[in-house]
Amino acid sequence: MNKTLLIIQREYLVRVKKRSFLIVTLLTPLLITALYAVPALLFFASDEAKTIQILDESNTFRGKLKNDEDYIFTFIKGSLETAKQKLRNSDATALVLIPKDIVEKPGGLQIFAEKTVSMGLQRRIENVVQSEVRNQRLANAGIDVKVVEDNRVNVDAQTYSLNEEGEKSSNSGVATGIGYAIALILYMSVFLSGSQVMNGVIEEKSNRIIEIVISSVKPMQLLLGKIIGVGLVGLTQFMLWILLTALISSAVTGLLKNKLEEKVRKEVSVSASPEQAKQVQAQLQAQNPMAKVNEALANLPLGKLLLCFIFYYITGFLLYSSLFAAVGSAVENPSEAQQLLFPVTIPLILSIILMTYVINEPDSKVAFWASIIPFTAPVDMMARLPFGVETWELLLSMSLMIVGFLSTTWLAARIYRVGILMYGKKATLRELSKWVFYKA
Amino acid sequence: MYKRYASHTALSDVNLSIPKGSIFGLLGPNGAGKTSFIRIINQITAPDEGVVLFDGQPLQPHHIERIGYLPEERGLYKKMKVGEQLLYLARLKGLPASEATERLKRWAIKFDLKDWWGKNVEDLSKGMQQKCQFIATIVHEPELIILDEPFSGFDPINANLLKDEILELKAKGSTIIFSTHRMESVEELCDHIALINRSKVVLEGEKRAIKNQFKDNSFTLEYSGAKPVLPGGYEEVNSAEIEPGVTRTHVRIGEGGSVNGLIGSLLGQVELHSFQENIPSFNEIFIKTVGNANIPVSEV
Repeated sequence: MNKTLLIIQREYLVRVKKRSFLIVTLLTPLLITALYAVPALLFFASDEAKTIQILDESNTFRGKLKNDEDYIFTFIKGSLETAKQKLRNSDATALVLIPKDIVEKPGGLQIFAEKTVSMGLQRRIENVVQSEVRNQRLANAGIDVKVVEDNRVNVDAQTYSLNEEGEKSSNSGVATGIGYAIALILYMSVFLSGSQVMNGVIEEKSNRIIEIVISSVKPMQLLLGKIIGVGLVGLTQFMLWILLTALISSAVTGLLKNKLEEKVRKEVSVSASPEQAKQVQAQLQAQNPMAKVNEALANLPLGKLLLCFIFYYITGFLLYSSLFAAVGSAVENPSEAQQLLFPVTIPLILSIILMTYVINEPDSKVAFWASIIPFTAPVDMMARLPFGVETWELLLSMSLMIVGFLSTTWLAARIYRVGILMYGKKATLRELSKWVFYKA
Repeated sequence: MYKRYASHTALSDVNLSIPKGSIFGLLGPNGAGKTSFIRIINQITAPDEGVVLFDGQPLQPHHIERIGYLPEERGLYKKMKVGEQLLYLARLKGLPASEATERLKRWAIKFDLKDWWGKNVEDLSKGMQQKCQFIATIVHEPELIILDEPFSGFDPINANLLKDEILELKAKGSTIIFSTHRMESVEELCDHIALINRSKVVLEGEKRAIKNQFKDNSFTLEYSGAKPVLPGGYEEVNSAEIEPGVTRTHVRIGEGGSVNGLIGSLLGQVELHSFQENIPSFNEIFIKTVGNANIPVSEV
């Protein structure tokens, strides 16, 4: 046992000390944070306000276009030609021509600029003009604009999950998202760690150090040490990812929140009393889509999910990585492994194909079996769990997982002990199945 | 012991005893079964039938700490530092970390590897890697050392260094099993040999005894003068003039002849420059024994 520990230690340290491990471990949380922080930061990044000249021939838009941090609208008079010429010598970024008959012919809106007009500006002006044109048309047709505005409603269903603990507000969107995310992470990590184990075995075999090592320890000890060592590297990476992501993103979220409040205060304080400002802020909070997600997240059994994740990661990893190791032991370089790897990766890939179906129909027969059969269970049970799974199903799946990984490990160990010493023989599946029955 | 694989027999009725404190040459053509034999002693595989006694005890897992093995096909972890790697291998053999570090330091100085201690193995020359492997084989001071083709890949200087180390290990009381194709190193180092051919031991014993067994009682003599007349019981095999006036002749002593009788008869006839018994080299013994047999080509 002492020697197995030594092997675990080596396998672990060799990988953790690699520069690539450090980089991936640090970069991933930064990327995850950047994924949502960068658009938010861009939202706050205010350039200098740009001046937009409006040549309003219809004379209906004065006061409808409001200045803000990004754009200052100035209304000019005169002919289009002179305005265009003047634009070149002025500080203004763009010139907007609102023709006289804009209400009748909405297509006549024109924007001129020295450089290309930005999408943001174009959309902004289009929106304002469009809603004004609509209002005028409605007015022309004798419909009160206010009535229309008052009847604009949003239908938003509340979903609840009923279980032993009573009714809880649930969110199938959040469950779907979480299901996808966890199942994908599990799939990727089993795949990546599995290949790491395989490459480690191939390295030892093609290096020929294998014979030195197994003259000191039993092949089983080496196999076990390698699998556990690599598995621990994966777990370490997860822990660091969760920790670092939480740290970085909470720091960034705090920063963004401050900025948001500041912005609201600034915008509201110009025109409104402090009370109104408070109201607006509360409104903003309520509208914040994250609030709903947070509530749904809080209602998910996160602790259970985490425990199940760790369980399925460990058992799924053991199940697949032992098979990866068996394949590695049978070949002398990674390119030879592809063909033999096929039967190992098929169930893994199948589980990810089934995942979409499982998430759409978490209570179907397919979802049930996919989350019970050990080869697909890690990914598909994790995909299903956020939607709620009966306890007996979970227990059945877990016990089969244990039986599953014990049998594949046994099988893999039989192939491994023969394979690592076999050189120059082209390994086929038939050959491998023979090795299982060789005497030691 | 016996060891059979699916398609062939690797060892058949192999019964060897390796004297303590000797250098034991394990000879044989490729595919004869040497590697199978060595792997069984290292407990990498087990025999189908038979038993291995180590120091009188049936071979057990804990014995591997008293055995050092240098396989023919060598390798180290390429992306691991020399020092860390040797420490790891030493600890796998059961040495405590502190003790292993201490001993490795001494070996590093002895083998001139100190400057390379913190480098990755892949940065080392092949000769340096071989030295590292040799250190890994013996750092736990094993009582039994198994060297499979230890000289392959060594330049003459390092080969000499290695030879001296082997002799020193023997002087300290280690037993060495030495598997090789290079007969000159067998002549030089081994006390005992066993020749395995097609899974069977075909020759075994003390070096001198085997040589005596293969002697054909023939002698080489060099002389000047007229061709001598040999009395009965002596047979001239061949004869040639090697330089003007000097002839070399091979003579076999037959029924009723003796060495002294031959010398006596010669002394009266020619001026004798040299007289030497023909002792077969291991190369000759090897070829003679394995020689005409159908040698399987594939190595297992």
